[in-house]
Amino acid sequence: MSKQIKGFAINIQNLSKCFGDAPVLTNLSLTVEPGEFVALVGQSGCGKSTLLRLISHLEIPTAGQITLNDAPVKKINPEVRYLFQEARLLPWKTVWENVALGSKDRSREQSLSALKEVDLENKAGEWPSVLSGGQKQRVSLARALAGEPKLLLLDEPLGALDALTRINMQALIEKLWKEQGFTVVLVTHDVSEAVYLADRVVLIEEGKIALDKKITLARPRVRDNSFTYFERLILDKVMKTDTDPVIESADRVYSI
Amino acid sequence: MKNKFAVTDLFLSWSIPFVALIFWYFMTLGQSSASLFPPPADIVDAVIRLVKDGTLAKNIEISTLRAAAGFVIGGLIGFLLGVVNGQFLLAEKILNTPIQMIRNVPHLAMLPLILIWFGIGETAKVVLISLGTFFPIYLNTFHGIRYVDSTLIEMGKTYGLSRFELFKDIIFPGSLSSIMIGIRQSLGRMWLTLIVAETVAAKSGIGFMATNAREFMLMDVIVLSLIIYALLGSISDFAAGLIEQRVLRWHANFRKG
Repeated sequence: MSKQIKGFAINIQNLSKCFGDAPVLTNLSLTVEPGEFVALVGQSGCGKSTLLRLISHLEIPTAGQITLNDAPVKKINPEVRYLFQEARLLPWKTVWENVALGSKDRSREQSLSALKEVDLENKAGEWPSVLSGGQKQRVSLARALAGEPKLLLLDEPLGALDALTRINMQALIEKLWKEQGFTVVLVTHDVSEAVYLADRVVLIEEGKIALDKKITLARPRVRDNSFTYFERLILDKVMKTDTDPVIESADRVYSI
Repeated sequence: MKNKFAVTDLFLSWSIPFVALIFWYFMTLGQSSASLFPPPADIVDAVIRLVKDGTLAKNIEISTLRAAAGFVIGGLIGFLLGVVNGQFLLAEKILNTPIQMIRNVPHLAMLPLILIWFGIGETAKVVLISLGTFFPIYLNTFHGIRYVDSTLIEMGKTYGLSRFELFKDIIFPGSLSSIMIGIRQSLGRMWLTLIVAETVAAKSGIGFMATNAREFMLMDVIVLSLIIYALLGSISDFAAGLIEQRVLRWHANFRKG
């Protein structure tokens, strides 16, 4: 709790986004408190990644408005950092030079201290190509943190990692979030990950919010009965739409 | 350990030229220098003779200068046009068609025109070499820039990089391996164009030396000219390789040891 910076408050009002004629998000409203950790879950194609890209101004809304601390989003904000599913490191820059892209004046000290946060300061001078997938993603996390962001947008950044690395990364993200106090919006299709990390899980279905659930478990969270309760509740809700054939076939399998 | 490999590599890469030299020596044993293919010893004599009267150094110097001037001018124009057309769609729409039309005319076919316009002075040769080296660098720069990983550019934008920083940190380094291919192709065309230009219309240079030697049936000088071209070509290729290894050292394919 040493260097608390207050995170951005997000306010989304009647947001719609169409790609051509196809609506992706329709009339969606959502508010996120400063420093809150919100997870967006939903089946692929439900529009959760598009929402994240709209918040970061990588896409422009068709209608509606997004504000960060009451200021409308009009351009890419240097205090909003985006973590992609792939690490997207520049292969021709060393690890610390990559991290320096995220710091305001490309300072080496800031990059090295950000690398220290993710426990990779000993790789500062290496080329990204020698790192493992998890290490690359940690470097990209350090790059996002080097600029002391007030809002971190995570677009399934752990999706491509193996199970053990994922657990480590989840703990790391939680620790850094607690220390630095930024707001986090995490997009994931892993309900368990959402329940483990988030204060609130928001389920998006066909471009609308279908469920907005506070996770009232104490941190650090353990996967016990009440954890399973939340996981089950959200998962049931996720699977309910047009998955009846799946359940039917499962029934058939179990009746054999 | 590393040193031993370097010696082996050197031996392997020069083994065929060395065998060819020995073969040449035995095939021409006992022939005189007036024959159609002179023995190696005659070439050595020719080298000593031409070094002594200073013509060899002078001709190599003038040829190299012409090649370098043409390469720098043509390469720079090619690079700049490649960057502009790669970055701006409007520029590509306007410029690409005329550039492709000119590309379809072999640059050596422009020789008569260039000789009439510029005479047989240095300008004509430099212009012709520029024309020859321009296209490979233009094309490879253009394509290199167009095929830079767009996810990296998107990342750069979310990190608030300016247009110039995007170019300096992402687009240029991302297209550098392609640009290096263009440079290597251009070097080949540079020597080719130089030889043609010096053979057809020159009063100095290696090509002139060879053409002039033909008048007097100096077989040793003709063969020596060919060897010098081969060596100059190898040296420029070797230099390009060193540069490539340096600027692409982040690339796993170019990393040593």
